Amino acid sequence: MRTLVSPLALRTPHGRIIYWTVLIVTVVGFTGAFVFPFFWMVSGALKSPDELAQIPPSFFPKSADFSVYKEAWDQLQLGVFLKNTALYAGGAWLFTLAVDVTAAYALSKLRPVLGKLVLGAMLATLMIPPMVLLLPTYLVAKDLPVLHLDLLNTPWAIWLPAAANGFFVFLLKRFFDSIPRELLEAAEIDGASPGRILWSIVLPVSRPIIGVVSILSVVTVWKDFVWPLLVLPETDKMSISVGIASLSAQMPQNVLIASLVIASLPTILVFFIFQRSIMAGLTAGSLKG
Amino acid sequence: MTVTQERVRRPQALGAADPRSPDDHGALRRAVGRNLTAYGFLCAALICFALFSWYPMIREIVLSFQQNNFVDPGEWVGFDNFRTVVADPAFRSAWLNTAAFSGLALVIGYAVPFVLAVVLNELKHAKAYLRFVVYLPVMLPPAVAVLLFKWFYDPGAGLFNQALDAVHLPPLSWLDSTSTALISLVIVSTWMNLGTGTLIYLAALQSIPGDLYESAELDGAGLLKRVWHVTIPQTKLILLVMLLLQIVATMQVFIEPYLLTGGGPENATVTVAYLMYQYAFNFGDFGGGSALGLMLMVVLLVFSTIYLRVSREEAER
Repeated sequence: MRTLVSPLALRTPHGRIIYWTVLIVTVVGFTGAFVFPFFWMVSGALKSPDELAQIPPSFFPKSADFSVYKEAWDQLQLGVFLKNTALYAGGAWLFTLAVDVTAAYALSKLRPVLGKLVLGAMLATLMIPPMVLLLPTYLVAKDLPVLHLDLLNTPWAIWLPAAANGFFVFLLKRFFDSIPRELLEAAEIDGASPGRILWSIVLPVSRPIIGVVSILSVVTVWKDFVWPLLVLPETDKMSISVGIASLSAQMPQNVLIASLVIASLPTILVFFIFQRSIMAGLTAGSLKG
Repeated sequence: MTVTQERVRRPQALGAADPRSPDDHGALRRAVGRNLTAYGFLCAALICFALFSWYPMIREIVLSFQQNNFVDPGEWVGFDNFRTVVADPAFRSAWLNTAAFSGLALVIGYAVPFVLAVVLNELKHAKAYLRFVVYLPVMLPPAVAVLLFKWFYDPGAGLFNQALDAVHLPPLSWLDSTSTALISLVIVSTWMNLGTGTLIYLAALQSIPGDLYESAELDGAGLLKRVWHVTIPQTKLILLVMLLLQIVATMQVFIEPYLLTGGGPENATVTVAYLMYQYAFNFGDFGGGSALGLMLMVVLLVFSTIYLRVSREEAER
């Protein structure tokens, strides 16, 4: 497709030189800005504290010492943190799907009285970033209204707020709206209940959007810092980000860097595998969708 | 296609009674049943939203006008909490720093993703690699990215001072000096968020019809003129939407000062969100903290409202 620069201009010798220069500068620049920090992190972890403090620094570690990763794993109890984070993210994912899919289905296909008002109230939460409501939300988790339960240091403190996501309800509802009525009416005439219709007709055709919502919800919870910092203060309950941050001061530099490497692996791995869905999720919002 | 269909036949809810049904009682019963089912499906979401979104909004307002020890019922104190925080010397710094952080993030981080997207859109090689790489930092947990940069900023053997040294420039004190601390936070923040904007712009650029460039070129428009008269007008609304989103996002900055500087040196990096956190969790003053939260909420609501208008306008296009 025709873009800013015309294909003709690119075919001239002059154009080719410019094109290749721009290409090389871009590739080198991107690699330097976005890949080199990762290289520096991975190689830095393998250096001894003395080598890390050395000026000028060594480009490659003198003697790669992989035992630092084991040390980081044991000293920072990264296994516990990773397990916790997986529990929080996995549970939040299941909760988000269960709660938001049923809500979006009810609003899109069952259309109850006051449904528009409910939808409006859910979308209105998108106008107010969670950060400004941090304190009252924390107090709710600390002392749940009516039930007076203390959710602090329990996974519920992550799972329940994660499900209250207006953006996911919006994405799911918009997708459900596009499912042709005829498909559902046929099932209804055959006597299928709304739950049955959701399970066997709506869900199977909604796989793409459910994939997008799934990845967004897992990654959001995995990356979150402020909320788990507040509601999971016990060391044994901390998520990986909070755990490393709170123990970072007492660690030797190389052990800390090794733990950063380990902490960054899961999300990067997810990105390798689900790159397509993640990039689709990026533009799934308001933009030309 | 769907639009015309919907105009002809208003979409009905599943199980909605046929309006021409002769049996009115049956219709009523079915309508009640349908609503009960629907609210059955909705109740989990209603509980989650009520507890963690709607009630906190009210609670924030209540808290900011109360003195509370969370044992006895809160005592109404009018605007006392607001007076306390406004009188705090850190209050002024916090707002100025937040505004400066947002402003600097715009200067450094707003145009860059757009320029990168324009360049990426022209390249025919290494596309997948460049797209992957630019989004890599976004996938890092922010705490990890921030701690990584904390090491890079190390005044002794940190990567940045070493790099300056390699090109024979004097070292900077980065996080330790009042003049460079805030901009150091902006750099981390920009690095870890750049990819999102770049890929969103890239998607927008790909929807620009090629013949617009062609006719502009036939009219004798050079490269920069084509960017100015075709690319920018064609992506104007997305540029505006991203501007507002970025302002809202950067005004909530918390994790960078929390992990890198603790608000220092000399309050040079205290932000409103960070001060709000300090009031609640370091000083035990939830009233003062909520007052700050409420003020930030009002400011952000202004931008959110404009955002809503703009994005609605775009949706209608």
